[in-house]
Amino acid sequence: MSSQLASSHDRITTPIENQWVSLLKRLLRHRIAMVSLAILLVMFGASLLAPQIAPFPRDRIAIDAIRLAPMEREPDGQLHLLGTDHLGRDYFTRLLYAARVSMLVAILVSVISTLIGIVLGLLAGYFGGWVDIAISRTLEFVSTFPGLTILLIVASILLRNENFIVFPRFMDRFVAALFAISEREAKQVTLIILTLSLLGWTGTARLMRGLTLSVREQPYIEAARALGVSNITIMLRHILPNAAPPMIVDFTLGINGALVGEAGLSFLGFGIQDPTPTWGNTLAFAKDYMLVSPWMPLVAGFPILIVSLAINYLGDGLRDAIDPRSKV
Amino acid sequence: MAEHLETSKPLLEVKNLKKFFPIKRGFLSKTIGHVKAVDGVSFFVREGETLGLVGESGSGKTTTGRMIVRAHDPSAGSIIFRDRDMGEVDIATLEKSQLKRLRRNIQMIFQDPYSSLNPRMTLLDIVGEPLLVNRIASGKQLTHRVAELLEVVGLRPQYMNRYPHAFSGGQRQRIGIARALAMNPQLIVCDEPVSALDVSVQAQILNLLQDLQRQFRLTYLFVAHDLSVVEHISDRVAVMYVGKIAESATTSKLFTTPKHPYTEALLSAVPKPDPRIRTEPMILSGEVADPANPPSGCYFHPRCRYKIDKCVSEAPVLREIEPDHFVSCHRAEELKLTGAFGPVGVQAPKHSDSQERVEMEKGSV
Repeated sequence: MSSQLASSHDRITTPIENQWVSLLKRLLRHRIAMVSLAILLVMFGASLLAPQIAPFPRDRIAIDAIRLAPMEREPDGQLHLLGTDHLGRDYFTRLLYAARVSMLVAILVSVISTLIGIVLGLLAGYFGGWVDIAISRTLEFVSTFPGLTILLIVASILLRNENFIVFPRFMDRFVAALFAISEREAKQVTLIILTLSLLGWTGTARLMRGLTLSVREQPYIEAARALGVSNITIMLRHILPNAAPPMIVDFTLGINGALVGEAGLSFLGFGIQDPTPTWGNTLAFAKDYMLVSPWMPLVAGFPILIVSLAINYLGDGLRDAIDPRSKV
Repeated sequence: MAEHLETSKPLLEVKNLKKFFPIKRGFLSKTIGHVKAVDGVSFFVREGETLGLVGESGSGKTTTGRMIVRAHDPSAGSIIFRDRDMGEVDIATLEKSQLKRLRRNIQMIFQDPYSSLNPRMTLLDIVGEPLLVNRIASGKQLTHRVAELLEVVGLRPQYMNRYPHAFSGGQRQRIGIARALAMNPQLIVCDEPVSALDVSVQAQILNLLQDLQRQFRLTYLFVAHDLSVVEHISDRVAVMYVGKIAESATTSKLFTTPKHPYTEALLSAVPKPDPRIRTEPMILSGEVADPANPPSGCYFHPRCRYKIDKCVSEAPVLREIEPDHFVSCHRAEELKLTGAFGPVGVQAPKHSDSQERVEMEKGSV
């Protein structure tokens, strides 16, 4: 038998017909999702290259050119593509830098809360019993928190007293480098990320628990158990991949939730503080002048609208691509 | 083959095995009763043979099979297995830490070839998993062994990077068989391995199982409800009814001279491949007994056409009435029951009145 195999061994190279590849192919055929993805990539790429692209320094103030309309020029002839804000800072520049903060915050929040949700949901669904009771009750407890109120309390106590917030130094440095902001601003950003994450995992955990409950009863899980596969391996190798598609959609839409959440918080003035630009706080200042300069909130709110829509469409596309019954 | 089977010691010996599932009701989940899924089952399987375990749905045959691989923990009884590495062990009371070693030597083939293979794993992952988790092989060696196993079950090794959805039902069951063979087990518990397949494919899989048995000296516990399948593959057959063994004997004995009325009724339902034989299947009256609330005495008595008062009051025990023929019926010796394959061409007697028939049989004793 084995001599036969020696010859056949070389032939064992049929092209891998991977399910993820076919998923990607289906997604590539989804036009709106692809347009959305392109928009997101361009926005994200531009935000990372903000220092190179931006026509002005981030916090440069043009005293004699406040609240300029888009395409207006300063008296000395410098063009402001999207106009200037109430302090005379270039909107295009501010929004580019803000994109980096807002989008990265949104992605990080979704990553962290999805991770928490997956781990807890998997444990609760797989083991059941008192593990499930403990996790589910905690989950229900957390999800009854009035999120906004908690955020406001945390923000109002801590954001004004950054020095009391003790994060390890390397964390501040890491966040500062990632977001291209100062270490003082990094503390605020870290705090916002953690607060949003710790409030945002409940939906994911609930979804993951439900998926685990249904996958756990599949005969192939029983088969794995009968083969002597350990619990941790069953969870990671058997349950997680089968629960992955809906979790990817959930993760995508979670980014959107975090984006709007952060923007809302900043809009209320309790998020990341000026001068660190975010889309939320930029919009917040713009709204005060909407009666005299109506274009200001439109300019400042536009990126939120576009990115939020794009993420939603991408999520829809993913959902379609994942569902094997929909032949896109 | 039969000769050496008679003498060889049983590989697996199940004694008085029980599994009760609690019925819970109400706010505090108080246990208000038990479903006696398996209620004192005893049988043995000799090395190298196939024991067919048959019964209706709900008779506890699958639960019995699952207890042997310890997918369920038994409520009582013992399962003595003569393990190649560990010697004689009682699976029923084995520690969790030792179960992993046991599972090298006892494997399982599942009923549904569609849902018993993880759709997100390739054949290499599926068949290689037992080797990987038991640290038998990895890397190139693993690929090699998986290729070998796939070839043994009649699949092309080139397919090992494909996913199960690319295969037909019969091919998928071959994958399941390859997975069970991976550890080179002593005993394979086959849980209705062909009942989800087309008849033409059933035969292929059964023949494959028989070839593999000869090639690797495997022992099968073959759980099934299809009597013609069981007849084809089994050396001996055990018939279960509501959690108990009604009768067990060598296949030929059980099919030609059944000693338990339930076996007779089951056999009468087997279609015969000869249109000239016209028999009326014995339609059993009533329902299968409820394992949560079984009848008194013999569980079969409410449906038995031969019942006497003793059957209502006293539960029969499984006893050996002939060498290798075990029956749990008070009247096993006196009844003369009809087997499945009567003399070909002879019209089997037609009787509409069961009472009359018993008289006749009594007379002929």
